[in-house]
Amino acid sequence: MADLSTDLGFLRLRNPVLTASGTFGYGTEFLPFLDLAAVGGIVVKGLYFGPREGNPPPRLVETASGLINAIGLQGVGVERFAADVLPELRRRDTAVIVNVCGSGDEEYYRVIEFLDGHEGIDAYELNISCPNVKRNGACPAMDPRATREIVAGAKRRSRRPVIAKLSPNVTDIASIARAAEDGGADGISLINTLLAMAVDLDTRKPKLGNVLGGLSGPAIKPVALRMTYQAARAVKIPVVGMGGICTGRDALEFMLVGARAVQVGTANFVDPASAVRIVREIGDYCDARGLARAADIVGTLKTGL
Amino acid sequence: MIRTSDGFDPLLRRPLSLHDAGDVWIELFFRVAGRGTALLAEKKEGETLDCLGPLGRGFRMDGFGAGRTAWLTGGGRGVAPLYYLARTLISRGAGVRVFYGGKTSAEIPLREKFESAGIPLDCATDDGSFGFAGFVTALLERALEGGRPDGLFACGPDAMMKRTGRMALGLGLPAQLSLEAVMGCGFGACWGCVHRIKKDDGGQWRKICEDGPVFGADEILWEEA
Repeated sequence: MADLSTDLGFLRLRNPVLTASGTFGYGTEFLPFLDLAAVGGIVVKGLYFGPREGNPPPRLVETASGLINAIGLQGVGVERFAADVLPELRRRDTAVIVNVCGSGDEEYYRVIEFLDGHEGIDAYELNISCPNVKRNGACPAMDPRATREIVAGAKRRSRRPVIAKLSPNVTDIASIARAAEDGGADGISLINTLLAMAVDLDTRKPKLGNVLGGLSGPAIKPVALRMTYQAARAVKIPVVGMGGICTGRDALEFMLVGARAVQVGTANFVDPASAVRIVREIGDYCDARGLARAADIVGTLKTGL
Repeated sequence: MIRTSDGFDPLLRRPLSLHDAGDVWIELFFRVAGRGTALLAEKKEGETLDCLGPLGRGFRMDGFGAGRTAWLTGGGRGVAPLYYLARTLISRGAGVRVFYGGKTSAEIPLREKFESAGIPLDCATDDGSFGFAGFVTALLERALEGGRPDGLFACGPDAMMKRTGRMALGLGLPAQLSLEAVMGCGFGACWGCVHRIKKDDGGQWRKICEDGPVFGADEILWEEA
């Protein structure tokens, strides 16, 4: 059996498969379906400091091999998370990464400072890339300077590693990735959803309550793979790749272009045990190819360039 | 939640209610409304269906035994769970009457099934091609002028649930309404299928898949059109 362990430098994982924020609830929703100790780790749903309402429905539209969502980060806030969810997660043997949100820089820092006072968290993922919060889909990760500043501010305050989650809705992902690295990020994860919309021709209305939303699922995998490739070439810090991963082969493709770990997102909705199946499929692929360590495939793409 | 394809297009599972069930079987009833349900309709005997469930909170039947009466209202595909509900209530000794609405006589396909099970049935069609001419809620309203059940149960589109809920609240009748929504996961992870539900300080978006789909008429808040 191949060695699937993954070293992000700041965090060692049992295997390279994490569950993506926003697609895995707070983790506890999945306890009936999978053993959290069988995945590399979980990234829990984005947390603002206080509880948050989210967007008016409809919040979902299915598209060709994809899903547009405009949830708007409805959530329970840090206090209820720490009181109700964290104790439950601490009983499970898995890495816990908390996705951190904020309406402005200060709120991100308040979330981190609050959570720093609680045990059972391995790292923070800064959600500077959600397209569903501002009317026009704008987010800090669209701008290198805003990215660097918010990451640096988070790093100054946090006692834990900080991963910056990047947006695909940018002209040059490499410069944003470098900005996160310059700000002191321990790693970057990408891609968040692609800004998208769907309309009803007959009623002439948008299909989402928020008008705009974020596209995820297999439809975005080629774009995600390209951006993971470009970002991994631009920085030295570890890259966590995601976007439409549904199978072990998908996951290994992201590793091939330079991701040290991957996140499984929308596939969790279709099959709640997807992440565990993907871990198994990665192992099967390595065994069939005689690869002793899955990590050996990272960044080995032969481009000839 | 039913997977309609082995691949990723259509991507999401489809939320379907239990139309009927026994010891080792379940029955689903759905209308072909798009590619997912069209694929589902092509499934043949002997094939395997990938199902996740049962999920969420269904109709609560406690208190509905001998000597109690329940009126069930359904429209379109929303009638699906009412067959199982009616059978179960009857087996508990409750008196049941079903109000079933559709656009035309062709769109009340379960009429004969209810009738042959001996379930008292009143039909309404929008175009008057069968039974009462008009919405099923208008038919229910008229029936309520002549008598009162101990509770109402309903499943269908939002407009029907809103009307039924208002009627029940006006008469002080307990009513359980099953809400429909597009669902991402079906088990509370995606927060995609929310409806506004009453809370102490007003309302909040609650998940239809996990906290519902059945809510009390007194819990549901409706957007003013």
